[in-house]
Parts: sequence; C-alpha cells; structure tokens
Amino acid sequence: MTRAAPPLIAALLLWQLLVQLTGVPRFLLPAPSEIGAALWQNRAMLAAHGLVTFAEMLAALICGAALGVLLGLWLAWSETALRLVRPVLVFSQTVPIFTLAPLLTLWLGYGFGSKLATGVLVVFFPVASAFLDALLRTPAELLDLAKVMGARRGRLLWLIRLPAARPGLASGLRLAAVYAPIGAVLGEWVGASRGLGYLMLLANGSAKTPLMFAALVVLSALTFGLTRATGLLAARLERV
Amino acid sequence: MTPPGLWLDGSARFGDSALFGPLSFRAEAGCWTVLLGPSGVGKTTILRLFAGLSRAEVSGGFGASDGQPLAGRVALMAQTDLLLPWATALDNICLGARLRGERADPARALRLLAEVGLAGMERRKPGQLSGGQRQRLALARTLMEDRPVVLLDEPFSALDARTRSEMQALAARLLTGRTVLMVSHDAAEAARLGQRILILTRAGLAEAAAPEGPPPRDATAPALLQAQAGLLARLLAA
Repeated sequence: MTRAAPPLIAALLLWQLLVQLTGVPRFLLPAPSEIGAALWQNRAMLAAHGLVTFAEMLAALICGAALGVLLGLWLAWSETALRLVRPVLVFSQTVPIFTLAPLLTLWLGYGFGSKLATGVLVVFFPVASAFLDALLRTPAELLDLAKVMGARRGRLLWLIRLPAARPGLASGLRLAAVYAPIGAVLGEWVGASRGLGYLMLLANGSAKTPLMFAALVVLSALTFGLTRATGLLAARLERV
Repeated sequence: MTPPGLWLDGSARFGDSALFGPLSFRAEAGCWTVLLGPSGVGKTTILRLFAGLSRAEVSGGFGASDGQPLAGRVALMAQTDLLLPWATALDNICLGARLRGERADPARALRLLAEVGLAGMERRKPGQLSGGQRQRLALARTLMEDRPVVLLDEPFSALDARTRSEMQALAARLLTGRTVLMVSHDAAEAARLGQRILILTRAGLAEAAAPEGPPPRDATAPALLQAQAGLLARLLAA
C-alpha cells in the first residue's frame, strides 16, 4: 500500500498536468483536482450509493462463495454428481452473465435481489471450480493410507480431503472477491434506482464526467477493501 | 490377537501388463519377513495386494493363512510419513480411529508417543518435528492401529544413516509378535531386521538364510556385514 503511493501520486500529477496543458474539455477527461472536488461535493450521495453497492457485493461474495463451497463438497462427495453436474457447471460458464442480467432484472425486479443474483452467478464458479479441483487432488498415498485404515467416506472428506483443499479454496475466494463488484455493478447497469453503477450511468448521461470518475474512485476503494479483507481470510485458510 | 501368516501364489497382471511372474510367497505368522529386491520387480505390488490397494489379478490367489479376509487387520507404513501437516501429533496418531468415526483412546496414544520417544510433543505439528521425529510419529500411528499384520514399504529409506538405524531398532522392538512384511531394496536393512529374507528379482523369488540372532541385530558386527555382503552379491547376480 505505502509502496504504491509514490507512483500513484506521480501518475495523478502527470494527469493533472496533461489536462491543464492540453485544455481537453472536462466532460471528456476531468483533471484529478476536479474529480476530487466532485468527490467532496457529492460525498453524501456517493456514500449512500456506495453503501448500496457495497452491501450487494458483500452479500454476493458471501452467498456465491457459500454456494461454491457447497457445490465443491457435493461433487467431491458423489461421483455420480461429479459425472452429471460438472459438465453442466462448465457449460454454464459459456453463457455470458451480461446477457443473463436483463433476464434476472425482469424476474427479480430492480432492487437488491437481481444484483445479488448477478453477483452470485459471477462469484460461485471460481470458488466451486478451484475448490473442487483441490478436493479431487488429494495425494494418492494419503487416500491409500485412509483406505487401509478403513476410513468412512464422510470422515475422509472432512478430516483429509477438505483440509488438504484449503489452498485451492483460498485461491478461489481471492478471485471471487475481485469478481463480486463486477457482478453487482453489472446488475446495477442493467436496471437499478440506487448504487454506484446506477450513479455512473446517470452521471455519464448528463455529461457529469467528474462525478462519474468520483463514483469510479469510490467503487475502486470498495473493491480494494473487499479484496484485502478476503486476502487476509484466504491467507488464514492457507496457513497450516 | 493371533496374527495370521500371508500367502500368495501365481503371477499378477493388471489388464494386459504382467506385474510379476509366477511365484509362491509365504510370510510366517508373527514373524518379520523382508522382501528384498531391486526397483520394478513387483515388491510393492505384493505389499499393495495384501493392503487391499491393488486391483491387479493374481492367478493363484493370495490372502491370510487363517482364511479370514485381511481388510481391517492390516496397518501400513509408507516411505513418506504421510502425516497431516495441519493436525497435531496427537490427532495424527489417532487418525485411524477418527477416520472410522470411533473414539480414540488418548491415554494409549500418549503412551505410544512416549514409547517412540516423543513424550510431551503431542501438541506439536509435523512441521515442528525433525525428519526422524516425523517417522517416529508415523510408527506410533501404525502401532495405534494395533493390527496383527503390519506392512512396511521402505519406511526408513529416506532417513539419514543414524536415524535409520535408530528407527530400525525401535520398529523391531515395538512390532515384535506381529506379522511384519517389509519391502526393502537395502541389503543391510534386510540383514539387520529379517527373520526371513526373500529375494525377489526378475528371475523369481528365492529365500536367503537370515543371520543368527533376534532382530534388531548389531549393524556393525562383522557377521552381519558378511551376511549383508552375501545378500548384495545375490542381488547383483540376478
């Protein structure tokens, strides 16, 4: 974080300088100072919309990760499910979520539900996929030992396969934290009356480009916070 | 608990590939048998058959001398310690019971831990133990299973000479009375531990005379070194 500060400040200064020297219109590219001003002037509105989006992305991450974990465990538990469901799971990813978002909005309305659904759809797959792969990759020697010991299937999953798969789950969660905001904002773009995605569309439509950038800054900050928090959790999972 | 002997007759194949030629194998009950041979002759296949881990077909069959199934009467100790890195030493020892959904006896686990020289280390995780200590822990886990038949798949081959020697002595003492089948490619180990020594080569199975005296034999005694040289000569000649 502190190491990223000097280059970031340098980039902002350069940006400011370029905008002032070239005189590019502010509705095309506002200077950082104008974005800062927009951030400050609209702080109450940005906070309100930001809170909505943050709740959506957090809920999507939690629900999507939970769904991914359950799917991974289910498919690792049952060979029949693995054979039948895994191809469907992979095939489901060939449908771009973007095309599903309008449908979800139609079904679930303009509120929280459709955003949660889009978010969950984006988030669950990387978690399920990484976790399942790890669950299926338990070292063969350990499985042999467990077999000689007369292990029950459920105890084997709980005592050996699941703990051994924690690093896989951790990498799935890290990806999910990056995807969750995309899912939430995607839902807001398709149809919403609140949230940062909605605010960005609105600001863009009325040529309030500094406000749009300000919303983007808030969104980046929220995403950063979410990925950092998830990263800490993932590091805990990876620790032996 | 009267331990059964082990027998295997015929040749083994898996699908179209032959694993080992026709042979007649016997491991006496309550006796330490070393199956000595170079890599790739099917030693481990024989061990895995008795462990119930190989799906190879054996033409003449194999099993326990008392005719009862071997499942549930066998413990396995492999080349690597196979300890769970996230679990404490105590949880690792009790793994078998936990996997079967049984209640492990912690007092017995602690006693075994002390017997292998790891008293007071029950809260440590494998990462906090040395290579030798980890293999001691694996031995304690094998003993905790309390099975009449113990299969050893070169469990000491990755240890340094001194630690290996200590582990051999410890295992010989603690596994007395059980039917032990040890797979090894080390003539010195066979000479030191085997009450019966069987040499498996591409030519087939042959018995070699085991040195005098009960195992673990003194690894530095001239008679033992001579026996070791004899075994090595037979390995090289095959």
